[in-house]
Formats: sequence, C-alpha cells, structure tokens
Amino acid sequence: MEDLLNLTAHGLSERITAGDASVREAAEAANGRVEEVDGDLNSFVTTTPELALERAGRVDGRLPGGGVKPWELVPIVVKDVLSTRGVRTTCGSKILEDFTPLYDASALANFGEEPVMVGKSNMDEFAMGSSTENSAYGPTRNPWDTGRVPGGSSGGSAAAVAAGEGWWALGTDTGGSVRQPAALCGIVGLKPTYGRVSRYGLISFGSSLDCIGPMTRDVKDSALLLQAIAGHDPRDSTSANVEVPDYLANLEDGVEGLRVGVVTELMDERIDAGVREVTSRVATGLEAAGAEVGEVSLPHAYYALEAYYIIAPAEVSSNLARFDGVRYGLRVPADGVHEMYRRTRERGFGAEAKRRIMLGTYALSSGYYDAYYAQAQKVRTKIIEDFRKAYARYDILVSPTSPSVAFEIGAKTDDPLAMYLQDICAVPASLAGVPAISVPGGLSESLPVGVQLMGDHFTEGMLLRAARAAERVADFGFSPRP
Amino acid sequence: MQTQERRTYQAVIGLEFHVHLATQTKMFCGCRVTYGEPPNTHTCPVCLGHPGALPVANEKAIELGVMAGLALNCDVSQRAVFARKNYFYPDLPKGYQISQFDEPICTGGYLDVPAGTPDGDETIRVGITRLHLEEDAAKNVHVGTSGRMHGSVGSLVDFNRGGTPLMEIVTEPDIPSPEAARATANYLKDILRAIGVSEADMEKGQLRCDANVSIRNPDGSFGTKTELKNMNSFRFVEKGIAAELARQQEILAGGGRVEQTTLHYDPETDEVHELRSKEFAHDYRYFPEPDLLPLELSRAYVREIGDRMPELPDAMRARFVGRYGLSPYDAGVLAADRELAAFYEEVAAEVDPKQASNWISGDFRALLNESGADLSGSKVTPGHMVELIRLVGNGKVSRSAARTVLAEVFKTGEGPSEVVEREGLGSVEADELDGVVDGVISSNPDEAERVRNGDKKVVGFLMGQVMKATRGNADGGRARELLLQKLSS
Repeated sequence: MEDLLNLTAHGLSERITAGDASVREAAEAANGRVEEVDGDLNSFVTTTPELALERAGRVDGRLPGGGVKPWELVPIVVKDVLSTRGVRTTCGSKILEDFTPLYDASALANFGEEPVMVGKSNMDEFAMGSSTENSAYGPTRNPWDTGRVPGGSSGGSAAAVAAGEGWWALGTDTGGSVRQPAALCGIVGLKPTYGRVSRYGLISFGSSLDCIGPMTRDVKDSALLLQAIAGHDPRDSTSANVEVPDYLANLEDGVEGLRVGVVTELMDERIDAGVREVTSRVATGLEAAGAEVGEVSLPHAYYALEAYYIIAPAEVSSNLARFDGVRYGLRVPADGVHEMYRRTRERGFGAEAKRRIMLGTYALSSGYYDAYYAQAQKVRTKIIEDFRKAYARYDILVSPTSPSVAFEIGAKTDDPLAMYLQDICAVPASLAGVPAISVPGGLSESLPVGVQLMGDHFTEGMLLRAARAAERVADFGFSPRP
Repeated sequence: MQTQERRTYQAVIGLEFHVHLATQTKMFCGCRVTYGEPPNTHTCPVCLGHPGALPVANEKAIELGVMAGLALNCDVSQRAVFARKNYFYPDLPKGYQISQFDEPICTGGYLDVPAGTPDGDETIRVGITRLHLEEDAAKNVHVGTSGRMHGSVGSLVDFNRGGTPLMEIVTEPDIPSPEAARATANYLKDILRAIGVSEADMEKGQLRCDANVSIRNPDGSFGTKTELKNMNSFRFVEKGIAAELARQQEILAGGGRVEQTTLHYDPETDEVHELRSKEFAHDYRYFPEPDLLPLELSRAYVREIGDRMPELPDAMRARFVGRYGLSPYDAGVLAADRELAAFYEEVAAEVDPKQASNWISGDFRALLNESGADLSGSKVTPGHMVELIRLVGNGKVSRSAARTVLAEVFKTGEGPSEVVEREGLGSVEADELDGVVDGVISSNPDEAERVRNGDKKVVGFLMGQVMKATRGNADGGRARELLLQKLSS
C-alpha cells in the first residue's frame, strides 16, 4: 500500500478505476502518512481520518454503478479557509477556533457531494502571510527542510502534498498564496483566472483577488483538479459564466509555435541569482521545445506590490468585520457590546490580521480614500493594460514565482515589509485577474525553485499545456519528502 | 416709541424615506421576506453573514427600484454600483451594509404632492435627490421593561428582517411645513402602492421616514439642520417636525444657535430628544462592493419596465374626473388606493359613476377601515355593489336601509337582495305608505293641525312617526310629500 503514496493523483485514480486499489485503501494510506509525519510538519489544523474512511467507503460503493468522476477517487487536502459542512473551519485564527460551517464551499461541492477529505490544512491567519507562521495553530514546516517555512498562506496544503500526506490539495491565492508555497515546496500550484472557480464558501480575504486553485504533484493533476472545481456558480456573482473546456485534451501538445515572453521587471536584482538562473534555464528549454521566446515588459509591475498592499488590506478590513463575537466564533464577554467587540477582536485576531485591518481601515478612511484606495485602483487598471499589451504580443509570460527559495522559520517575522516582498512576482497576475501557475523548475541551494507561467484570461488550457512542457523541460520529478 | 421686532420663521424640510420593497425574497439571498414570524426562522448563511457566504442581487428588487424611479420622474442610471457601508452593530451581521453610494440606481426626480385642498388641484413640487437600493438591518430586541436599549438587561437579535430589500429615497429640502411633509409622505405611499413597489405600511415598518429640519436665516440662506428620527406614522411625521421646528424657534428667539445633531421624536410626550451624538459620529468607509458586479441597466430594459408600469395616482385621478365626472377630491380618494380604484371601475361600468363613488369611497371604505380588513379580504364583490346601488335607484330600498344591507353583506357575503328579503328591509309600497301617513295624522291631531296652520317645523316630528311606523323603510322624500299634500288644505 505504501506505493499508492508515490503515485500522482491521476495515477491513483487510474489504479482505482482499474480495480487494483480502493478509495478506502488510499484514504488509509494518507491517514497513515499523516500519522507518521505531521507531528513534525504540522500541515493540518484538523485531520479527518474517520470521515475520510467513511466517505471513501461510500465512493467505493458507488464505483460499480458508474458515474463517479475520476477525481472523486483521490483523497484531497482542503485549506482551512474553505467552508466544510460539519468540519470545523478555523482560517488559521483563534477567532474561529470552534466554528463549524453549515455548508460546503461550492468548489468542494463541485469536486464531490461527499469529498474524501484527509483534513483541513494549516495556513496564515485569514490567508494573510507568506510563510504560514501567522497561524494560531503553530507554523507549518517545509518537508524539504523542517527548519524552513513552506511559504504561505497555503503552506499547509503545499507541505501536505510535498510530504505525501495527500495527493493533492486545494489552496487559495489572493497575492500568490497558492503559487509561492507551491514553489517553495517543489510542487505545482495554479491560480486560475479570477471568476473561473466559485468563491462561495471561500472565507474572503481580498474579495476582488481571491481565487481557489489546485496544488498538485504534477501539471496533469492540476488540470484534472481544475476540471473538477471550475464553473459558473449562481451563488457567486463574480464567478464567470464561461464554458469550462476539457483541460486534459491538449495537455501534451507542447509549445511548438507558442510565443513566450520573459518579464523583464521580474528578473532584476530583487530576485536571487539562483532563482533567476533556474527561470532562464526553463525559458531556454521552452525555446528548444519549439516556443518563440522573447522579453516582455510590464512597466507598472514595479508598483503592483504597493497597490496590492492597499487594495487587499482595504477589502480585508471590511471582510473581517463580521467576526464580532455576536453570532459565532470566539466571544469574550464584557459589559456592553462595544467592549465585547473590542475584547473579542483583541484576543481573536493575531498581529498580522490586526496590522492589515488597520492598514485597510486607514486606506478607506474619509480624507485618505482618494490618495490610497482610489489611487491603487488606478494603478491596478494600468497593470491590467500592461498585461493586455503583453498578450497582444505573447501567449504566455514567464517569471520566477518567488524571489527566493524557502527561508528559515523566524527569519522574516519581525520585518513585515521583507515578508511582503515575497509576493512581488505573484501580485501582478493577481491584480490583473489572469491565470498563473508555478511549476518546479529545479533546485537552488538544494531547495526547490518555482517558475511562474502566466496566461490571458480564461486560457487555462493553453497555460496548462505550456506548464506541462516546462515540467518536461525541468524534469524535476516528484517523490514525497522527507 | 417702542418697536417690537417680529421675525417670521421659514421652515426648510427634507425627507429621507426607507421603503421595504414588495419582493418575495431578500435583497441578496433566497430567504423569504416575512412579518411577524417567530424570530430567526427565515435566515441562511448569506443573511447571517456566515464566513464565505456571498450576496447575489435580487433582480425583482432592481426592477422595483427602476419602477419607483420612473414614477418619481428620476433619471435611471445606466450603471449603478453597490457599495459597502462599514460600521459595527449587532443587527448588522457582516459589519457592513450593502448599499449604494456615489453611483445610485436613480437620481434627480420630483414629486408633485397634492396640497390637500378640497378642489385637489394645488400641488407642491418636491425634488427627489436620489433613490438607491440597499439591505435592511436585522432587528435588535432589547429585553427589559422599557423595550428600549437604555435600561434594558440584555439584547437579542432577530435576523428575519435582516437583508430585506430596502429602497432609500432622499428629497430636496423643498418642503415648507410639517403638514406638507406629512402630505409628501402620504402621497409617496400612494404612489408606491399604486405601482406595486411596496405595501408602504408605516406600522409594519415598511415605510420609515427621517427628516432634516432647519429654519431659514433672515438673509435667506439655510440655517443649521438637525436630523429627526423615529416618526413611525404619518401623523408623527407632522407632529415630530412641528415639535422640532418649535424647539429651533425657541432657541433662535432666545438668541441661541441651533446645533447640528440627531434627534429622536417621542410621541408619548410630543417632544424631541437628542441622541448621544457620539453614537452617530461614523466614518462609514464606503467602497465599491467587490462581491457584486456593477449593475448595467440598458435603455431597452428601462423602457420595457416603463411600458408595463401601472397608471400613477395623479393620472388615474385625472382620468376619473374626465371619464366619470367625479370631483377631483373624490377621484383622488379612489385613485390613492389601487385596489379600491379597480373595484370602483368595475362598479362604475354598470351603474351611475357618481353614486358608485359615493357608496365606495363613503360607506364601503368606512366599513373597511372599521374592520381593518383589506379589500381583497372583504366579502363584498363589485356585483354586490352594483346590485345594491340598483336597489336604491329603483326605490326598492331606502338609502338608510341600504346602509344596513351593505353592512350585512360586508359581514356575511350574502347577496343584497337576499339580505333585504330576510331582514324585511324593502321600501314600504306606495298604498301601504299612504295608509301609514293617514294613521300618523289621525293619531297626532294636534301636530297635524299646527302643520295645516303653516307651522312647518312640526313636519319633522310627523316624519319621525312615519319612519318609526315603517321601521325606517319608507322613502323619506315620498313620505314627506304625502304628509304635506294631505295637510295642505
């Protein structure tokens, strides 16, 4: 059974379909692996071993009847920011320590009526952070080096996949939170086009930026999981009513004739030399595989981080207002409702959440709105225009995913700005709403480096095809670590 | 010589209305809109503000907003944007209210409010600044003796109301008096009901009204305004504003200055009380609601709604005057109530329209008001009304007996003829009446003699005797005629 853990998700799905393994055996294998390594890694806030076995048994029971989707056969790890019916959902926060949702997030419901779930993965509180150190449930450790961070905010999902505590995971990406941890843990992370996957049930951080995305062992798994979760949802007004194509159909078609532009602004000295080197090597490889490779400029990318750190905190300052101790979650009793609010939020939120609430509240305040929020939105429009121009010339843009490999736990916790710089390569695509994927490109300092490929809106099919080619070029391989 | 300075105080009043829209479901979720149901029985993750839940705008509410805008002569925006209004309160589950801010659904209209004169032709034009859509808050229930927050022992929240579609209508400060403010509120209610946008029942909180009140400075500029809340009936709108104007006048007369503040009208004492101003010192940090796309309202969409809009009360009133020959006042009474007007038109098609108006806006409406019943719940059909008016016209039933018949029909739903039969309310036949009159004359010889001698005042007494003898079923006109005829020589 140990060998099930070495399979990709699509490999496992095929094995089970062929009758050579059961979903229950897969769930048992994942549960065993969690038992074995999670004491060190802390990938999970909540594990759900019995639920996984129970549901796995029911999927096995349905198999002979047909109609079971291939992805349903593969147990999944779910970031603790997604609402799960009957399973507590903390968002990495003390304020939701005992909160059990009434419903499944739409993306998860699309995956299956009763998803075989290994557990709820650890994350930076309310998805704010780049290291998973901002969790009320302790930091997650990188399976490549447990002295280092797995990235964030979907660090638990990334670590779980990298360590084989599951075959794949759902993460969420507001300004790189799927891609950056995928890069730091040596797995594939896809942020789809904004609106491609319903946000219903995703506990909002930056509503105009939040995307749910697959975190997987390889690009084919990413295509399969996107297939499972994508689609219009009448309960999310911002979900796009755009047809979902077959993402697997042209996956192996290669990059012959594709126009690939390496983003100049994201290859400068802010990026570690080793990371740039891996990125260049992959670009060269794509050229060798038949792509037309050139350089492209996103002139306003330099301002993306600043704009992002106004827009996202502004939105989150409002989104976190509902955690007030009145209806659910933590309540610290006090005399009078205002004092109750104050004490509840004081105790319930961690330092980074408070920092962002204050930043966002300030940016939206009367007299500052125009100088900050409105100005940031203008920058965002400029960045969208940059991408539009770039896609007139290129099909795919390439950059590093993160400026560095995984850093040591504690290295940046006292310097929020240094931490925020982790997002410089990721936020332009977030602000533009375009799809972007991180693929392991190689090693630097014996740690994985992610290469980011970005496509135009709703061209995930082409993006995945290019990512598959990059994956072949890099020949990174996957095996559970440690 | 002693000069006494007399200042005239000119009131400047603007109103702000909150109107519950007549939709089946809430503004941003599928929960039913209800009144008076057990607490927290119509809620879901969206209207409870659960983590991860998202709003979806109610299409019907948008349509009703457009209808209201058209009825108030507004410009309907081609693009409208929902915005978040951020503040903390237990009745606000998300910590923000989804409203509209700088891009509302409608702007720049007006309302020609009937001034209430009997001829009904004078109007006051009240400008409409803006109209926007939003969601209502939930209801805080303060547990304790007073029912108010102050002095209560605890508070509970009922989220049934939370998320009810709400339309805010803001007028220009064009309203010259408390009476005109009441008339404006009342006329707005008529319009909203006529086009089916809202039931606009103030008692149910479906129509709420706040006022901005100030007194014009001697140089004509606006004085400092105060905001007046909690006027939960049309009468209290008038009384509340009057009370606040009186307060401001007193301050000014004493040489003081009016402070900008928010006040609360207390109908028990007919006084206004200042609310702690700190509670309202909010920076709402409005920003566009990222969970909803901007509304795109095409010209064709707005035209299509305009085309199927029901007739507005003033158009209906004019039509009733022209077509049925009613006075503007009577026409206005009928036109103010869409259901009653439809009932009227059915009856007026069959019998004399003026008689129909008298019966329907008079006796019938009185019965409805007394019983508190809706027209839809009444047992009286237009057919009943036609039959009744015909019975009176044919002299089969006296007018006073017909009132009794209507009351009985109202109670039982029987046909008017059956009621007349069963209760013996038919008019006394001619020869029978002749005998009754003779009998009254012979049993009251003194009074008869005085009439013969020209003392017409006593006719009334004899008439009373005739009516008594016929249990009121005699045709009064004919009885009087007979009496005078028999006593004329």
